[in-house]
Amino acid sequence: MEPATYSLPKLPYAYNALEPAISAQIMELHHSKHHQTYITNLNNALKTLFTAAKDNDVPTQIQLQPAIRFNGGGHINHSLFWLNLAPHGSPETSFSAAPKLGEAIKKTYGDEESFKKKFNAALLGIQGSGWGWLVKFENEGGRLGIVTTKDQDPVVGAGEVPVFGVDMWEHAYYLQYLNGKAAYVENIWQVINWATAEQRFNGPREDAFSALKASM
Amino acid sequence: MSTTLLRTSTARSALRAASSQNSKRVGLAGVAFARGKATLPDLPYDYGALEPAISGKIMELHHDKHHRTYVNSYNQAEEKLAEAEQKEDIPSKIALLPLINFHGGGHTNHTLFWENLAPKGSGGGEPPTGGLSKAIDTSYGSLDAFKEKFNTALAGIQGSGWAWLVQDTQTGSISIKTYANQDAVVGQFRPILGIDAWEHAYYLQYQNRKAEYFKAVWDVVNWKAAEKRFK
Repeated sequence: MEPATYSLPKLPYAYNALEPAISAQIMELHHSKHHQTYITNLNNALKTLFTAAKDNDVPTQIQLQPAIRFNGGGHINHSLFWLNLAPHGSPETSFSAAPKLGEAIKKTYGDEESFKKKFNAALLGIQGSGWGWLVKFENEGGRLGIVTTKDQDPVVGAGEVPVFGVDMWEHAYYLQYLNGKAAYVENIWQVINWATAEQRFNGPREDAFSALKASM
Repeated sequence: MSTTLLRTSTARSALRAASSQNSKRVGLAGVAFARGKATLPDLPYDYGALEPAISGKIMELHHDKHHRTYVNSYNQAEEKLAEAEQKEDIPSKIALLPLINFHGGGHTNHTLFWENLAPKGSGGGEPPTGGLSKAIDTSYGSLDAFKEKFNTALAGIQGSGWAWLVQDTQTGSISIKTYANQDAVVGQFRPILGIDAWEHAYYLQYQNRKAEYFKAVWDVVNWKAAEKRFK
């Protein structure tokens, strides 16, 4: 038996489909280079882990954890991110494409605008590389919360459903926005896929990660 | 270091007079001088002077935008901290500490970084001499072997951060350490030489090929500045 190897999932839209919110050049580098590197390094780490487990080599298995967390997290985060974005101007980018989630957001944050404001403030407060997520907590009555994670830490805690995420690594916006990350977090809302967000919100935790299984 | 980071206007003019042979100065526009406030330091070279290792556009954004933001945000946090101190508001003080750490670290790190870079022809890339050179040979075998280890450390940073050649203040020995985000080299270790591994430090020129940036940056490392920090 060999460990599973992961491969780069296809984007469900063209590299230029998110323009002008995110440029085609960013999307191409981000998907074909950055995401690919996380997958390559994840596969390498898993292969080494597999051997170490076979050899009952516990120190090596522990030593590999940061690489698995980082590169596995990078693969999970980007796979979820591509799917929770949609072409500029498509019906999925309308807040009304998420009726039940929309209700929950209004109940929790007052209205769409104040939710976005809070989400953007969280994104801009990240010190260094990281992500911002809207998370549903299955084990706490399905409450919503805005969560920021550092580097490539994924949202994988028990009962945590990542509804949608925004990449705040500089490589996600720098070629287009330079140091103006406030404009990036303003514009990202033009391409949030509310239909995907609604599906993840309504479904169980494992459904959110189904895209990963498909790319094995 | 505190004199570099917290300059009064008097100290600044003295410093500028001392380096008046550098005719083309950059930066500074719009920085208000207030006693005790952190200010954006001048670069001791032109934005384009580190090309082709680091492009002029990167240097300009990095110094004039990114570093300036750390300076301004640090001063804002400092002001709030002083207010909280006056009110003896301990929770507010604690809440402000991450901002002081991040923006103060960003200011410290970049100030040291600009100093430990230099254009080729003005010392950039010229190998270290004296005690530092000896310490590198003792610890790493050779300068090239040291650079290789340093670049491996840079490449291994998961997220934003810095790699530093540091000196242990207790033992005097040198080592390579990486720091997350804008965490500064303070406490037990003394910063000798730092390289910025944030994506904004190289992305416009190198994109995802960061190994090329780590390789090229040694052409503009100012070992003279590093030697002055080494004790």
